[in-house]
Amino acid sequence: MKALQRIGAVVAKELRQLMRDRLTFGMIVGIPIMQLLLFGYAINMDVRNLATGVADLSGTAASRQFLMDGFHTQVLEIRYQVKSIKALEQLMREGKISVGVYIPPDFERRLQQPDRAAAQLLIDGSDTVVQGAVAQLARISTGSISPPLYRPGTFETRTYYNPERRSPVNTVPGLIGVILTMTMILFTAVAIVRERERGNLELLINTPIRTSELMLAKILPYIFIGLIQVTLILVVGDLLFRVPIRGALLNIYTVALVFIVANLALGLMISTVAQSQFQAMQLTFFILLPSILLSGFMFPFDGMPLPAQWIAEVLPMTHFMRLIRGVVLRGASLPELAGELAILGVFILFALSFAIKRFQKRLD
Amino acid sequence: MNAELAIEASGLNKMFGPVHAVANLDLAVPRSRIYGFLGPNGSGKSTTIRMLCGLLTPSSGQISVLGHSIPRDAEALRMKVGYMTQKFSLYEDLSVHENLRFIASVYTLERRAAKAQIAESIERYRLGALVRQRAGTLSGGQKQRLALAAATLHEPQLLFLDEPTSAVDPENRRAFWESLFDLVNEGTTILVSTHYMDEAERCHALAILDRGKLVAEGSPADLSRDIDAQVILVRVNQPRRAGKVLHAQKWVRSVAQIGNELRVLIDKGHAEAAQSTRDLLGGAGFAIDNCQPALANLEDVFVAATLQGKEMRAA
Repeated sequence: MKALQRIGAVVAKELRQLMRDRLTFGMIVGIPIMQLLLFGYAINMDVRNLATGVADLSGTAASRQFLMDGFHTQVLEIRYQVKSIKALEQLMREGKISVGVYIPPDFERRLQQPDRAAAQLLIDGSDTVVQGAVAQLARISTGSISPPLYRPGTFETRTYYNPERRSPVNTVPGLIGVILTMTMILFTAVAIVRERERGNLELLINTPIRTSELMLAKILPYIFIGLIQVTLILVVGDLLFRVPIRGALLNIYTVALVFIVANLALGLMISTVAQSQFQAMQLTFFILLPSILLSGFMFPFDGMPLPAQWIAEVLPMTHFMRLIRGVVLRGASLPELAGELAILGVFILFALSFAIKRFQKRLD
Repeated sequence: MNAELAIEASGLNKMFGPVHAVANLDLAVPRSRIYGFLGPNGSGKSTTIRMLCGLLTPSSGQISVLGHSIPRDAEALRMKVGYMTQKFSLYEDLSVHENLRFIASVYTLERRAAKAQIAESIERYRLGALVRQRAGTLSGGQKQRLALAAATLHEPQLLFLDEPTSAVDPENRRAFWESLFDLVNEGTTILVSTHYMDEAERCHALAILDRGKLVAEGSPADLSRDIDAQVILVRVNQPRRAGKVLHAQKWVRSVAQIGNELRVLIDKGHAEAAQSTRDLLGGAGFAIDNCQPALANLEDVFVAATLQGKEMRAA
C-alpha cells in the first residue's frame, strides 16, 4: 500500500510536470505527426516528375505518340527538348535532368524489329532511387517496345517501381517503431538526469521512496503517453494513407505496449549512466540511428551482413518490426509471435534490473 | 550509544580524490537542541551533513543517527529525518500546494493526516497567499519557508538544514529562526550549517569547522569565554596605519577595524595585553583615545579558531 502511494505520488507529479512542459507536450503529438508526414509523403512518395530531357530525332507521329503515352503517367516531366544525345548528356552533367529520352531517327523501323531497342533512356545513376525506378522503366520501354506498347496503361509504373516495403502500407507500422523509439527512450533518458541537474534528486533520495518504486514511477506515465502516440499514428495513418489494419487492435496495442516498456526501460538505463541531459540525448540518438537503419525498417533484414544482424538483434526495435508487421500486415495472432514477445520481455527485465542496480540513493 | 544524543560520530573522514573534505571529525549532538556548524565555504559543512543523512559514504569513521548506524541503515532513517538542501530542491514547475502534496504522499502520510498537516504547515509558514503559485516564482524567503514546510511535513525527529538562510533577508531570517525554536520546543533536534555569526549565536551549541577539521566546539557563551586569545579594543587617530603596526607583532593574532575602532586579538599567553598595545602604539607616535580589554564575541572565536586567523598572524 505504502509503495503504491509513493509510486502514485511520483506518477502524478511526472504527469503534472509533463502537462506544463509545453515543449515535451508538443513533442508527444508533434513528433508522430511530423514523422508520419515526412516518411509517408516525402521519403516514400512514388517517384514522380523527374526532370527529363527529350531528343526526338525521329519526329514522327509514332514517336510523338510514344512520348505522350510515356509522359502522361507523370513519372517523367519534359523540361528540355534538344536535338542530340550529346546535348542530353550535357544537361545531365549539369544536373538539370535526371532522365534523358533519346529517340533515334530510325525509331519507326526499329519498332518493327522486336530484338532491337527502339529508344534509349539515359539515367542519372548518382541518385539510387531514381536509378532504381527508371532502370525498370528503361527495361520495359526499350526491351519490349513494339506495337502492343501503345496499350493504355503500359506506363502505369507506380506499382512496378515501388517495391512493397517502401509503400506507406509497410512504412506506417514501422513508423510506430521509429517514433516510439525516439520519444520513449528520450523521455525516460532525461527523466532522472533532469532531476539531478535541477537539484531535485538530493531531496528525492532523502525520502523513503525505494529505487525500484522510483524507476517504476518514472516509466508508468510514459506508457500512457506511448499508447496515445500509437493511437495517433494509427488514426492519422488510416486517414492519410489508408493503411489497412488486418490484425486485431488488441494485438497491436499489446505488441506496442511491450515495446513501449522496453524502450522506457532502456531510457532509464541511459538515465542512470548519463551525467547530463545532453549526454542522455546523445546516447538516445546513438540507439535511435541503428534502430532505424538495422531493424529492417529501412533495409531488408536478411540482406544485411551478419555482424549487423547481431547488433540488430539487441535492439528492441528489430523485434518490434517483426511483431508489428506480423500483426498489422499478416494478421498474426499473439501466440504465433510469442518468441519475439519473450525476447522483449527479457530485454525489459535486464534493462530495469540494470537501472535499479545502477541507481543509488547516494550522491557519491 | 547514548540515548541523550541524536547524532554521534567518531573519526569521520571523507576524501574526494586527493581532497580531504572532512578530517577526523568527532560529533555529539544532543536531542532537542539547535546544533550549528559554523565555517567558511569549503570547510566540509555540507559534506558532513550529507554523510550524516547517508547520502555520502564516509571514507572512514562511525556514524550513529537516532540510534541507526549510517550509512548501513540509512533507509530506516528516512521517515525520522528531514533535510533542507542548500540549493532549493522542490519542483519549480509545481505550485506550493502541489509540492507539499507530493512530499506528503512520498512520505506516505495518511490522506486525512496529510491534509491536516499541509493546512497546518501552510498556516505556520505563512504560505497561505502563495498556495497556487509555482514554486519557481517565489522569492528567496518564500522558497525557504516552503522548503522548511516540506522538510518538516512528516514531523521528523531530526532536521538537517544546510545553509538555510543564504538567500534570505534579515527580517525573514529572524522569523525563520523563531520557527526553528518552535520546532525545538516540540522536541525536534536541529542541525544547521551557516556562515553567519548572528545565526551561530542563536544555536545551543556550535562546532566550528575549518577545512574539514573541527577546530572548536561548545555553546556560543562557552566558546566566547574559553577563547584562546585576548580581545583589546583600541580607539586611535590613524586606525589603518596603527592596524598595520599591530599586525606586524608576533603576539598579535589578528586586527579588524570596526568603525573607528580596532579590534585586536592577542595571544592568550601575552601578559598585560592592553598595556603593551598602548605602549607599542604610543611609541610609534599614535594618539591613543582609548585602549581596553573587551569580551570576546563569536567572530573573535571564529577568527581565533580557524586557520585563516592563524595564517593572518603568520603573514
